[in-house]
Amino acid sequence: MMSGKEIEVVQNIFDENDRIASAINESLDKRGIFVINIMGAPGAGKTSSIINMVKGLPEEKIYVIEGDIESDIDTVKLKELGIETIQINTNGACHLDAPTIEKSLLELTINQPGILFIENIGNLVCPAEFQIGEHIKMLICSAAEGSDKPYKYPLAFEKANVILLTKCDLKEYVDFNDEFFLRGVRALNKSVPVFEVNAKTGTGFEEVSQWLRNKKN
Amino acid sequence: MHEYPITEQIVKIASEKAKENNARRVTRITLVVGEYSGFIGESIQMYFDIISKGTLCEGAVLEMENVKAKWRCPSCGIDYIRKPLSFACPQCGQDGEPTTIGKEFYVKNLEVET
Ligand SMILES: Nc1nc2c(ncn2[C@@H]2O[C@H](COP(=O)(O)OP(=O)(O)O)[C@@H](O)[C@H]2O)c(=O)[nH]1
Ligand SMILES: [Mg+2]
Ligand SMILES: [Zn+2]
Ligand SMILES: [Zn+2]
Repeated sequence: MMSGKEIEVVQNIFDENDRIASAINESLDKRGIFVINIMGAPGAGKTSSIINMVKGLPEEKIYVIEGDIESDIDTVKLKELGIETIQINTNGACHLDAPTIEKSLLELTINQPGILFIENIGNLVCPAEFQIGEHIKMLICSAAEGSDKPYKYPLAFEKANVILLTKCDLKEYVDFNDEFFLRGVRALNKSVPVFEVNAKTGTGFEEVSQWLRNKKN
Repeated sequence: MHEYPITEQIVKIASEKAKENNARRVTRITLVVGEYSGFIGESIQMYFDIISKGTLCEGAVLEMENVKAKWRCPSCGIDYIRKPLSFACPQCGQDGEPTTIGKEFYVKNLEVET
């Protein structure tokens, strides 16, 4: 006889991703690698900011996993600067997930402690959902995108451990409303540090590098 | 695009549960999908039809319970759905705090044939 029956499940669909992310984090942490998940919209200044942070942390061995495809500063440029970089072919995906990072780590030669920057795919929605083994999430937000970003993409701001407001040199041209922006950020995330920077000139990155140094140790 | 691996997870979770319960097939899967989980129902359904082929979940109906995100006012203690470009409490105007309501993304239950 055939009979229908209801089964309670209540299982989080992110569980497997999060499990792999924790394993990545644990294994890299043991090897002295501090992992930073860099999130932000396309063109926000993720790659430019990585380059500035690398310059500000000369004592650190730097590794980069490049998942972004929209950049005009690519893996070649990072490699030219002597940074150990691998490019992930993300085939039009909209975020990085833990299994993707697990695979790409097999290609990365890690021979000393340091910092691993993972540049996520340019998107403010789903990268915030997926843990990829990071110690911290860094949100790159540019003044050029406008001051309403926290209100439009609240999850990214809620989950960020640190925020860089890039392209501050463009504030005056785009009528950036500091008060409105910060009010939104504070409603979502009471304690997150917000650094104002210019990734073209490097202004503001000394403070960012110092913050990272303290955070890492 | 990103719904593909996620849908694989859904089929995996449902198939494992069905097996544990000695079910012959899954006829319905109910998901709870929060507004900020960033998942699009139609794409999950589309991938589901492909991925579930040949599994215990083939032919099952996917049901989705959507949950709107809510903010909580620390002064009034109420939960509310915010207005666009604002986090302000509708009662007192103070900015509320984010809650877990609207971030759900889980398989709630299944209906199976045994
Ligand atoms: N004026 C100005 N331009 C910037 C700044 N940061 C990045 N850019 C420019 O914005 C563009 C996109 O930067 P990129 O780092 O590739 O962004 P990504 O797509 O987030 O990696 C490049 O042309 C950068 O030179 C900044 O602080 N000020
Ligand atoms: Mg880039
Ligand atoms: Zn995605
Ligand atoms: Zn209130």
